[in-house]
Amino acid sequence: MEETMFIDPQRCIGCRACVAACRECATHKGYSMIYVDYLDRSETTATMPTVCMHCVEPTCALVCPADAIKVSEEGIVMSALKPRCLDCRNCVNACPFGVPKYNTEMHLQMKCDMCFDRSSEGLKPMCASVCPTGAISFGRYEEIVPLRRTKPVNAHVFGNQRVETKVYLMLPTDADTVEVDGCGVFEGHIEADAQQPKLESWIDTQVEQSDKSNEF
Amino acid sequence: MSKVENLEQIIKEFGPHLHDAPYDGWRADRVIDKVVPTHCPYCAVQCGMNLLVENNHVVGFEPRYDFPVNEGRLCPKGVTAYLQVHHPDRLLHPLIKRNGMFERATWDEALDLVVSKFKELQAKYGKDSIGVYSGSSLTTEKTYLMGKFARAGLQTRYVDYNGRLCMVSAAAGNNKAFGIDRAANPWSDIPLAEILLIAGANCAETFPVLNKFLWQQRDNGGRWIIVDPRETPTARQGDLHLQLKPGTDVALANGMLHVLIEEGYTDEAFINARTNNWEETKLLAARYTPQVASEITDVPAEKIVQAARLYGRAKTAMVMHARGIEHHTNGVNNVLSYINLVLATGKIGKPGSGYGTITGQGNGQGGREHGQKADQLPGQRSILNPEHRKYVCQVWGLPEEELPQAGVSVVEMFNKMREGEIRGLLSLCNNVMVSLPDTNQVRRSLEGLDFYVCIDFFMSEGSRYADVVLPGSTWSEDEGVTCNSEGRVVKINKAADPPGEAREDWWIVQEIARRMGRGKYFQFNSPREIFDELRVASKGGNADYYGISYEKIEKQNGVFWPCPTEDHPGTPRLFEERFYHADGRAKFHAIEYNPPAETPDEEYPLILTSGRVVYQYLSGNQTRRIGFLVEQCPEPYVEIHPITAMKLKVNDGERVKVVSRRGEGVFPALIVKTIRPDTIFIPYHWGEELAANQLTNPALDPVSKIPEFKACAARIEKIHSRQLPIMGEKRRGISRSEVR
Repeated sequence: MEETMFIDPQRCIGCRACVAACRECATHKGYSMIYVDYLDRSETTATMPTVCMHCVEPTCALVCPADAIKVSEEGIVMSALKPRCLDCRNCVNACPFGVPKYNTEMHLQMKCDMCFDRSSEGLKPMCASVCPTGAISFGRYEEIVPLRRTKPVNAHVFGNQRVETKVYLMLPTDADTVEVDGCGVFEGHIEADAQQPKLESWIDTQVEQSDKSNEF
Repeated sequence: MSKVENLEQIIKEFGPHLHDAPYDGWRADRVIDKVVPTHCPYCAVQCGMNLLVENNHVVGFEPRYDFPVNEGRLCPKGVTAYLQVHHPDRLLHPLIKRNGMFERATWDEALDLVVSKFKELQAKYGKDSIGVYSGSSLTTEKTYLMGKFARAGLQTRYVDYNGRLCMVSAAAGNNKAFGIDRAANPWSDIPLAEILLIAGANCAETFPVLNKFLWQQRDNGGRWIIVDPRETPTARQGDLHLQLKPGTDVALANGMLHVLIEEGYTDEAFINARTNNWEETKLLAARYTPQVASEITDVPAEKIVQAARLYGRAKTAMVMHARGIEHHTNGVNNVLSYINLVLATGKIGKPGSGYGTITGQGNGQGGREHGQKADQLPGQRSILNPEHRKYVCQVWGLPEEELPQAGVSVVEMFNKMREGEIRGLLSLCNNVMVSLPDTNQVRRSLEGLDFYVCIDFFMSEGSRYADVVLPGSTWSEDEGVTCNSEGRVVKINKAADPPGEAREDWWIVQEIARRMGRGKYFQFNSPREIFDELRVASKGGNADYYGISYEKIEKQNGVFWPCPTEDHPGTPRLFEERFYHADGRAKFHAIEYNPPAETPDEEYPLILTSGRVVYQYLSGNQTRRIGFLVEQCPEPYVEIHPITAMKLKVNDGERVKVVSRRGEGVFPALIVKTIRPDTIFIPYHWGEELAANQLTNPALDPVSKIPEFKACAARIEKIHSRQLPIMGEKRRGISRSEVR
């Protein structure tokens, strides 16, 4: 099996070494395309890294009117091709994981390309190279999974849409899929959340502001 | 003399300014001339990294996958470390303060002024009127040189180093218990331990890459017991969190020892064969039932029992600790009481079983081995021991009567500055206005000096008070060795020359000594020559480097000291057969619990504890200039539990005044359930009005002289500020493109 990414949120210590290192990949031109969010800083120090999940049938590419988003032979979903990108931001709005960003300066959609220039030369992507804990790992399924006590899952259900991804989430559950309802809330916690509306801590906002504006 | 008269102008000229890209911008078309394998300049994990050099400029990094400690991993400070090298704030030429302003000077002007002032003060007030304050983020060669410079160059007894704020409690505890000061096990033992007991160490934020080993241990089925008053990311990931009241570690460890004895988890054979002082310790532990310990620590008794059982039953286990238990007036006692657990169960000196303090600074270990401590000579020798004095004087060629006696710790040195006994100061590699406790008192000490010279590569909050600032070098501009937290000596390699007129620190120090007329003791032409003398000076001492060479370090990916001969491979694991006291035995210490120097009362009802964030390194002089790191954590804040916040009617994000007996500061409130209701926390990396150390207590541990950064009494006052936290403004939903 070819090498891919394994995301294990349990291990994330929120250091954002991945966010800093992403900028260093030569083709990323100083822009980072990975996000680390506090889940709810007022309750916990837990954090979650988000990279492109590299969908088998990528929604971003499907909604692109200019066919600017290409998928490599290895299944890596690339950033938009500069000559084709129309600035329409369909991909930014359509991605179920909220990954692509629109770069206003370069008039271009940019997203995680699994450090294509590195991985095509046998080097690990920057984020997986530096991650201190293995919250982001890069390697072959048969090398990484036997070492872990978590379950690899690469099927995600968003309401009516089922998405299979090249990248695996490592979960401490027996579930075969990650199911998310229409409001973007993981099913297991819907009831608790409905009872107690959460106020966000300003430190969540500080990070989300820079991560989630969908624009550079 | 040393007042800062125009702070705004100094900040405008010397920063900190934010910079966030290689010197010539982000480029994909680089032609890299050389790839220099070296190590990170920051914490004591000393991760390997490769620096990319183009045209004598450091332009990036590449993971160093082949270095066994980190295998390419880095934290965000490590990733962005190279950005400091060509930072626009770099000091490029010597500066002399005239009329309150720093003016450019030549090296000759600046050095001659330093030397004439030192000579004048020493003629008038005696040799001891000059103090030397050094650091541990230097190569070991430089730390060795600083000790020799003070004793043989300036001939003053007053020399100390910033490990006094960091490592000394662990060092003193290790020496008392084991007769040597070094972590007992290599980190490769961590994955073999069934249980890790981690006390006062927020590994996730302060030693991020150490988590590689912690998670390997977890993958092997291991468990973590975490002792911390806050639910840090490490505590959150652990299996059992003992959220104790700050400063009550002795009671907790004694309570655990009580359970280990009661339930028969002690190793009597080991105790009889390899330790002293057990009976006394056992008697003392008998009084610390889990209930007694629970009342003092506020940790439920069941959890104390559970922790003791987990640790006691495990076939292999390791105990590790860091500043959380060491930054106390009971710092050494805290360390000794955890060591008692290790000795009572005999879990030491074996694969997967052991003990270690997690050193803070990059060279926190190496910097406390070779003679820049107030009472220390190279090789962890003592300046009080006549034989040690004789040996080192013979290596240096110094008449024995010329070697000064022991000095005092840095906080005491600063007291002597206010008392007028120390009139001049030379500092290298520290930032006293951020890192020392009780900032206002530190300011008075600096302002009272007749002459202050500072060697640094950025203008720190402390060097603003200097009369002369000499531009030094970053880690990438010089070579030498450091010793990481597991006792592994590694090699820092030079990537590029210092910019402008900046010079290597060892050259600057040696030049001052030469101009003081002490040149015959300072004939070094390179770090390698300093290292060769250090090897001889450390020979036969505890920290024996004689058998280490630059080549051996490269060949073996580091050498663990002691390494007494050239054919010796080094010593990764200590205590396999004997301890380092004369009789080869380790020593138990019966430690009674004592509260911190200051405990809450009606006026100051909360316990203030200070600490770090992952994005900043120590006093922040390097990291507060790097855009990425500052964006993640732009300013300090005060963590308050929602129950406490509700009582005080404080909202999340609101700026509040935090007051202690020594000072006050205004910080935004971060209301989190991850802290104890009786405790508040402020990260300490900032200076001036943002300094957490305006509030902290300069009370010292009687043995190690470490200040009590981790517990003092404080209160919170509401100030009805409408100003939001710096990043909080963005919560109003202004998008970044609109801001731009």
